[in-house]
Amino acid sequence: MVEQTVQIVSNERDTDLYFRLVVSAPQISPLVQPGQFAHVRIPPLREALLRRPFSIFQVSGSTLSILYKNIGKGTDVLSRMRPGEELSMIGPLGHGFTVPPPAGETPLLVAGGYGMAALYLLAQRSPQKGIVFVGGRRRVDILCEAEFRALGWEVRVTTEDGSHGEPGLVTHALLAELKRREPGRKLFACGPTPMLKAVGRLAAEFKLPAELSLDEHMGCGIGVCLTCVVPIKAGDGWEYQRTCTDGPVFDSRQVAWEADE
Amino acid sequence: MNLSVKIGTLTLQNPVTVASGTFGYGVEYSQLIDLNQLGAVVVKGIRLGPVRGNPPPRTVEVTSGLMNAIGLQGPGVDGFIRKYWPFLKELKVPTIINIWGTTVEEYAEVARRFDSLGGVGALELNVSCPNIKEGGAQFGTDVKLLSQVVAACRKVTKLPLITKMSPNVVSIAPYAKAAEDAGSDALSIMNSFPAMAIDIETRRPSLANVTGGLTGPCIKPIAIKLVWEAAKAVKIPIIGMGGIQSAADAIEFLMAGATAVAVGTANFYEPQTALQVVAGLRQFMQQKGIGDVCALIGSLQTGK
Repeated sequence: MVEQTVQIVSNERDTDLYFRLVVSAPQISPLVQPGQFAHVRIPPLREALLRRPFSIFQVSGSTLSILYKNIGKGTDVLSRMRPGEELSMIGPLGHGFTVPPPAGETPLLVAGGYGMAALYLLAQRSPQKGIVFVGGRRRVDILCEAEFRALGWEVRVTTEDGSHGEPGLVTHALLAELKRREPGRKLFACGPTPMLKAVGRLAAEFKLPAELSLDEHMGCGIGVCLTCVVPIKAGDGWEYQRTCTDGPVFDSRQVAWEADE
Repeated sequence: MNLSVKIGTLTLQNPVTVASGTFGYGVEYSQLIDLNQLGAVVVKGIRLGPVRGNPPPRTVEVTSGLMNAIGLQGPGVDGFIRKYWPFLKELKVPTIINIWGTTVEEYAEVARRFDSLGGVGALELNVSCPNIKEGGAQFGTDVKLLSQVVAACRKVTKLPLITKMSPNVVSIAPYAKAAEDAGSDALSIMNSFPAMAIDIETRRPSLANVTGGLTGPCIKPIAIKLVWEAAKAVKIPIIGMGGIQSAADAIEFLMAGATAVAVGTANFYEPQTALQVVAGLRQFMQQKGIGDVCALIGSLQTGK
């Protein structure tokens, strides 16, 4: 974990409300593991105090990139920042995905929307290539499909409006694949909570291991403010653990979804 | 140049501490800042047993502030001693342990446990958390109960006792005086303000607990006034806190009558803040030709 001032190399619109930010972060970049995040202070956001957490998308030498959606005050201001401007970044943070060992499990990745960004480094560093299932509402919500294909991965796209790939939900496409019951697979997922819950249910049904990257509102990012807690099984019951430091990636069997319902 | 100050029998190398609940148990910040440059480390509130805390959402950002209702999630005395004390006891700077309970007896028992631990710098009595149903602010907003908690803890320990005051009172002076009379060595002024925010799209409260405690730069002017009023009412030292982001903010608190300060919410977004305050304070003293930080304490001029 390092705090450093990073300089924006580029910050360009991808599709619709999605942007790609590349920063020069020579201290942070070499340390990044798949599924980790960076906590960013956006200087022009004067009256909004907190840092914003972003999954780290790609790493290349001394630069790292973030794929984000303009969804609020923070990301809106960020989307207007230009190359050469500076941000304060703490990273890499969090407990990420377990990269499968050589000749280990075949990864099946499941992404909803910009959840795709959190899975790229895993796909890149996994010794086995697998299948990535990506879903979104519309064509514009399907991100970085080409980059995953360029890694030699199979990409199966679903959109709710049917404008790209198969119509329907990403978990429907996943279910169809799981029904083939091929052995030695493991699920890795990042996306909205209802999608993660569905992936968790499918993993249990097909008796597959699954790692889920949870997305919760975050404060400090380093484990002290206790904002981003999720119910995790412990002993005979459950306890609140921190998405920022105990996660964001949790073993699907450990998440006590029922505690919050 | 002297930056050191005294809180009861405890000497701090400089007057800059951190606010309980904004700094975890110190270890979380150890990769980002040199903890040994602080005046003291103040840990999150601990009661006898483990506490699960409130359901999320637990915090919400508001204009120049943050509201929280964490519900004092924590490991309890034994969990703290097992997980965090081995790290903290090796620090060169004192650890101040924030403690709470749901009864006067529990406060005293937690105080006794930490007294017998050895090596603790001071105990801060949290009688002012706005986010728990039992304990916390119920003690800090009733002069009689406040006196009972302080007196019960005073009986079982010689460690410096710092009472963390609630801002949610008509006048802070009688509460400050009650804590002093019951044996408190210092006051922390203050805890967060009871507050509320609403999501107008869902018509639901922004926090699952409905109400929360407001902190951050937006509360600083209110905190300064409370410190100023309390300082006129008591002789014991005050640790001032509320929205400190810079040395200038900290100096305001000192001038209002605080002997030390605590950086709180700023730790969440700028972990270097406390150390920047130390550096900025030193620079201010140099510029003004002030040799001893004690010369700043209560130096406010209100006459013509």
